[in-house]
Formats: sequence, structure tokens, C-alpha cells
Amino acid sequence: MTSIAATADHHDDHADHKPGFFTRWFMSTNHKDIGTLYLIFAIFAGVVGGALSGLMRLELAQPGIQYLPWLAETLGGAGDVTAGHHMWNVMITAHGLIMVFFMVMPAIIGGFGNWFVPLMIGAPDMAFPRMNNISFWLTFVAFCMLFGSMFVPGGSGNGAGTGWTVYAPLSTSGSVGPAVDMAIFSLHLAGAASILGAINFITTIFNMRAPGMTLHKMPLFVWSVLVTAFLLLLALPVLAAAITMLLTDRNFGTAFYDAAGGGDPVLYQHLFWFFGHPEVYIMILPGFGIVSQIVSTFSKKPIFGYLGMAYAMVSIGVVGFIVWAHHMFTVGMSVDVKMYFTAATMVIAVPTGIKIFSWLATMWGGSLSFKTPMMWALGFIFMFTVGGVTGVVLANGGVDQNLHDTYYVVAHFHYVLSLGAVFALFAGFYYWIPKMSGRMYSELLGQLHFWVFFIGVNVMFFPMHFLGQQGMPRRIPDYTEAYAYWNQIASIGYAIMGVGVVIFFINVFYTLFAGKKAGDNPWGEGATTLEWTLSSPPPFHQFNDLPKID
Amino acid sequence: MIKLKRIFLAAMVAFAPVAANAAVSASATAPTETATPAVSDPAATAVTAPAFEHARPVAGVGQPVSGGVDFQPQVTANGEYAKWLNNAVLLPIITVISLFVLGLMLWIMVRYRAAANPEPSKTTHNTFIEIVWTLVPVLILAGVSVPSIDLLARQYAPPPADAVTIKVTGYQWYWGYEYPDHAIPEMVSRMSDRATAEANGEPFQLAVDNRMVVPVGQTVKLIVRGSDVIHSFAVPALWVKMDAVPGRLNEVTFRAEQEGVYYGQCSELCGVDHGYMPIAVEVVSAARFAQWVASKGGTMPGSAVVATPDTPAPVAAAAAAR
Repeated sequence: MTSIAATADHHDDHADHKPGFFTRWFMSTNHKDIGTLYLIFAIFAGVVGGALSGLMRLELAQPGIQYLPWLAETLGGAGDVTAGHHMWNVMITAHGLIMVFFMVMPAIIGGFGNWFVPLMIGAPDMAFPRMNNISFWLTFVAFCMLFGSMFVPGGSGNGAGTGWTVYAPLSTSGSVGPAVDMAIFSLHLAGAASILGAINFITTIFNMRAPGMTLHKMPLFVWSVLVTAFLLLLALPVLAAAITMLLTDRNFGTAFYDAAGGGDPVLYQHLFWFFGHPEVYIMILPGFGIVSQIVSTFSKKPIFGYLGMAYAMVSIGVVGFIVWAHHMFTVGMSVDVKMYFTAATMVIAVPTGIKIFSWLATMWGGSLSFKTPMMWALGFIFMFTVGGVTGVVLANGGVDQNLHDTYYVVAHFHYVLSLGAVFALFAGFYYWIPKMSGRMYSELLGQLHFWVFFIGVNVMFFPMHFLGQQGMPRRIPDYTEAYAYWNQIASIGYAIMGVGVVIFFINVFYTLFAGKKAGDNPWGEGATTLEWTLSSPPPFHQFNDLPKID
Repeated sequence: MIKLKRIFLAAMVAFAPVAANAAVSASATAPTETATPAVSDPAATAVTAPAFEHARPVAGVGQPVSGGVDFQPQVTANGEYAKWLNNAVLLPIITVISLFVLGLMLWIMVRYRAAANPEPSKTTHNTFIEIVWTLVPVLILAGVSVPSIDLLARQYAPPPADAVTIKVTGYQWYWGYEYPDHAIPEMVSRMSDRATAEANGEPFQLAVDNRMVVPVGQTVKLIVRGSDVIHSFAVPALWVKMDAVPGRLNEVTFRAEQEGVYYGQCSELCGVDHGYMPIAVEVVSAARFAQWVASKGGTMPGSAVVATPDTPAPVAAAAAAR
């Protein structure tokens, strides 16, 4: 390589030279552009997934079946009650798969991870820029596969009606037709994309930190992505194995999950949840990282207990691999196994608690400003606590026996996801949109979005704890009259949340088309990570001269 | 007399559906039956014996209530213990923790807002507090784990020898209940339609045509399996839930201490009518249980030889007559 001095000017001139439209957006090797692609994709998928849940809440608002047969017919199937009931199962399946694999993961890892990990470590791009692009387009095709599966036969109607967990034998002998096969392919592709992305992040973070940035000087968001990448790398192959065996059971005469052939349906559950539990930490850990960055910035203080925070994430990741069977407490397990998984699951509350208290301790003595990103981060801290403690309740296997597969579980995971991960996503969006777009969002619309959405999701999900304790099972399209009261309230909550989402989109359009120009660092002295030293938006290529970290 | 009685009962097993109406009500109250002349004539008995009368559910018991927030009232000792663990231990702890975090956060937001604290401190460490907020949660969890592990031990306590065994099979989309100890072959339990449910004063989508009837104060041992896909047998008021997995026999026990009707629903996604295969367990006195068994053509265990589905009826009768 020629000396840096000799090439500096040359690179500066070309630092902002962008390729033509098709090359830039369909054959990208730029981490920022790929991050943008992921964010746009995730927003679109989130609208589809959210529309599905809107239709679900519409149907559940009152006892009786009102809309399902019509919906089934609209999607090209029969219009009778059976098709309607199958449509329900298809909708809950698609809602779960879309929100997990095509909204949260692409946004938080593909979107914010790609955009800001290289910037935060002072790297010019990811270690494998072209493989980065492959990951995005594989994810896109995977979504198309899943969407397409809704229009082909899959059992008692069109689409895969197995739940996002795809348990055998319902997903093998219980679902005839190509829909489940397409859904399985979709997961294969999305999983492969994430594994490649994980390889990319691990290599980048281990090898491309700027001189002086030791692992213990990295921003916590980078730590969170590093731990997440290891979880992806180790957990996704197990999912791949589990669903490949589904595919062979369905199409090639194997009997991995068929008792009559010597197999065991419970094997599938072990394999799926061995992936599935780390998966939920994959969804939340980058959110922890985002909250750390934002709390520090808007308290004008470094994060309290940096090492504790970093290693709390590591221990959440490690312990997250040995607790999977708490998702299977009622499958018929021996008492010793149940006692072990009860105890191990409760352990995770300790590092999580360390993080919650550390965020509060960061704010303690700080100089707090309550701009929109901070509001979302504060909302996250409280709401994730609520969701987390109901997880501790469910961790008790003996108590879970009554709550398993009820709306209490639905309430728990929506609190940690819709009020945890999604809050972190909105927080990251408002925090970083000035950097990404060069324009400032509307603070008024941002605050309005926060409060309306906050009220909406609480009205929607809190009553589900009551429904679960009263015995309402999950995944049912209709219910006995006594459950109507809280279901109606939950549906009203959805409507309020929907208004919040509309406000968000108004803010997005305002920002992109009329927002005030943003400087390098709109957040002031609290924003100390490297992305704030670059212009807004950053040049097409940055850090051709590596920054030196002291 | 005894020989005729045995032949009659064996015939009833063979013709169970018809025999349901031929309830030997006069003699079925105790294992040692006293035969009456009418008993020896099945045809006459079939016309005159009353069918078993099922109890009506009580509002707020064994079913959800509109606007309810708590667990359903529990009628088993383990269920009561579990409910206590949640309501008296877990719920207060999680409420205090959540309110503590919220309160602390709100206080911090007020006390350290930029206007009130323009100069941020530089504190990033405090070993003491870090130890406290690690150790205190550990102690809380250790405390919680004692009754929690105890609850599991109680739930897994082996059933006594005289437990009533019921084989529960999940089908798409109904349940099958077989009483092997009582020679009752599998009866199918399907959701009742709305008209029938309302006519019987039962909640629609929970009411079924054939309830699982069990005696009060006696351990019931359920052997649960699935026939096609995974289902899950659940009754919230009995704190019972066990997956019905094909190729597997799962055992779960309960002992109801209160008579009544207790509903539940299938609790594992099993296809289109997953939401339409409810469960109804009716807990009755020992006497009425024996009546019900007889109405189903079964026999109470303890009768000398019982014609089971595996024992051909004439063989059982011949053995009894020896």
C-alpha cells in the first residue's frame, strides 16, 4: 500500500464518489447503504406484520367469528368457517415469523448494526462488504418466500398454520401442501443470511478496530452486536438442522419426528428451542446496546460500570444457551429436568438486573435531557423491567403449568419485544436518523409518537396478563364470553398504538423532506462515540485514515 | 344370582352405549352389589333406570369471569399452593421491583434534569452498590426457589395405588377419555354447540357433550397422549396442564377437594379447530361417581373380576362365577 499521506487527498476526493443507482442499491458493498436497505425493508415488513396483528385484534375484539372467512376468501381460498379458522392460524404464524425474522432482526442487526458498528470502531467498512450484501438480499428473498406461502395450500386452507414455532407433527403430517415447505425454505434463507452476517460482524469487530481501541474501550453497542453475533453463529445451525428434518419428514420419508417410525415430536421442540431461546436474546441484546449509548448521551455521563455491562451481556448470552426447555415445561418432562430449567432460567434475572440498575446509576448525577431518543430509552428501562419480571414468574415450572400457552405468555413476550425491542428500535431511529439522513426529526411529533404509542401498547398488552391468569389459551380465533371484556380493551389499545405508528410515519416523511439540516453532532457533549465526529450523513467512504483512540 | 349378575354386567360392557341407560342404579352404590330381580332383565332395566344427572356449573368456579384478573379459584391442594406462591410471593416481589425501578427513574428524572443539575458528575464506579445490586437479586431468587422447587416436588408426588386412572387422548379436534380401571371404554368428548350449551346453562366454547367425571377427594391419574398431532390437556381450576404428544404417555395427577364442574381448553396449537376442543371435568361424590361409572357400563374396581377391554366378557364372567 502506498503511504497514507500520498493517497490522502486522492481518497478524500473519492470519499464521496457514489456508484450509479442500480450498482449502488442492488449490488452494494457499502455498510451504510446496506444498513439503509435493511431499515427500509424492516419498516415495510413491520407494516405487514403489524397489519396482520391489526386484523387479529379486529377479529378478537368481540366474541364470535366476524372477519376470518372473508379474509380467507380474499386471499384466494375458500370462504367457509374452516378456511376462516385456518386463516387465523396462518395469520398468527406469519405475524410471528415476520416480526422476528423480518422486522426486529433486520432492523436491529442488519440496520443499526451495519450502519454503526464500523463507524463506532473507526473502520472504513465491514470485513466482508460483498457478503454483507448477500445477507441482505437473502433476507429479502426469504420474506418473499414467506409471503408467497400464504397463497398456496398448507392444510385446511392456504398458508402455513403451524405457529412460528412450526411444531411437528402439525407441521409434518398435519399440514399437507407446499405452504409449510415454503415457510421452511424462508427460514433456511433468513438463517443463512444471519449466519453470514454474524461471521461478518465477528471478523469486523475482532480485526478492524482502530488503533488504540481495545475490546474494553469499545462502545457498548458494539459489545452487544459482538455477543449477538456469537449467539447467531451457534444457535442458527441448530434451527437449520431442526427444520431440515421437518423438510425430510414431510417430503423424503424420514421419521425424525414421527413416533410411528421410531422418532419423537419432542426432539423437534428441543432442537427448535435450543435455537429459540438464544434467538430472543439475539433480538434484545443490540437493544441493550442502543439504550446504553442513548442513556449515556442524554445524561452527559459515561455508562456506569462499563465492564459489568459488557460482561452482563456476555453472561446473558452464555446462560441463554442452557435454559431452552422452559419453553417446553408441559411437554412431559421429569421432575429433575423441570427443577433444573426452573433454577437456570431464574439465574438470567441477575445480569439483567445489573443492567437495569447500571442504566439508572448512569443517569444518577447526570445532566438529563429528555429528547425523543431518551424518552424511548426511559420507556424501555421501565417496560423491559415489567416484561422481565413476568418472565421470572413463568420461569417457575410449577407456576408455568397453569400459564403455559395462555395469554400471560403472550403478554410477557410482547412486553419484552413490542415494549422492549421495539422501543429500543424507535430510540435508535430517533437517535441516529440525523446522522443517517443529515436531517433533524420533529421533536414535537417524536414526543407525540412516544406518548401515544406508549399508552397504546400498555392498554393492549397489560390486560393479557389477566386473560392468561383467567385461563385464556393462545392461538385461538374466538373465545368464551367471559374473556370478551379484556379482549375488547386490548383491541382498543391496538387502535391507539396504530395512531402512534401513523404519527411516526408522518415524522419520517417530515424528517426526510422538510427536516432541519443536522450537524455532525446534534446531541452535544454526551455523544462521545466516533460516528459523531463524521458529517451528517457521513461520506460514502469514511476512515480511510484510521482515527487514533487514546 | 351372582352368576346372572356377572353375565349381565359383562353384556353391558359389550353393549355400553345401550347400557348407559340401563344404569344399575339400585345396586351400583357399593362394590358389593345386591342383585334385584329387575337387574336380571336388561331390557326392562334399560327402560326404567334413570340416566346420570350432571351438575350445572357455578358462576365464577371452574370458568373465567368477565373482567377477572386473578387465577380461577383453585380446588386442589397443589393448585392452592401454586396460587399462593404466585399471589403471595411472586406477585408482591415483582410489583415492588417494578414500582421501585419506576419510582427511582422518576425521581432521577426530576432531581437530575439538566435545569436542576447542569454539571454532570463523572462517577462511573461504586463497587459497593454493584455488589449490592448483584447479591440482593440472587438472595431474592434463592428465596423464591424454595417454595418453587417444593411446588414441583408436590406436583410430581407419585399417586397412591387407589388413584383413578383415566387415559386421555387428544384428537383433531376432540378428546377421548377411557377409564381402564373401571372398564369404561373410550368415550368421546366434543364441544357442545351454542344452543345446547346455553340450554344447559353452560358457557359456550367450554361446554362439552361428555364430561370427564371424577370422584372428589381421590387422586386422579391422567395418562395423556396424542393420536395425530400435539394437543394439551388443561384445566386451570385444577392447575393441570399436560401435553398430549403422539408416541408418548405423559402422566399427571390431581386431587380435587371440591365437587363442581371445571372447564379447560386445548392448550397446544393443533390445527383448524384448536380453539374448539374444550375440556370439562365434573368432580362428584364417591357415591355419584359409582353411579356414573355404572351408567357408562363400567364397574368399580374391587369387584372380584372386572371385564376389561382386554378380557373377553364371557371369560371374565366365567372366572367370576368360579
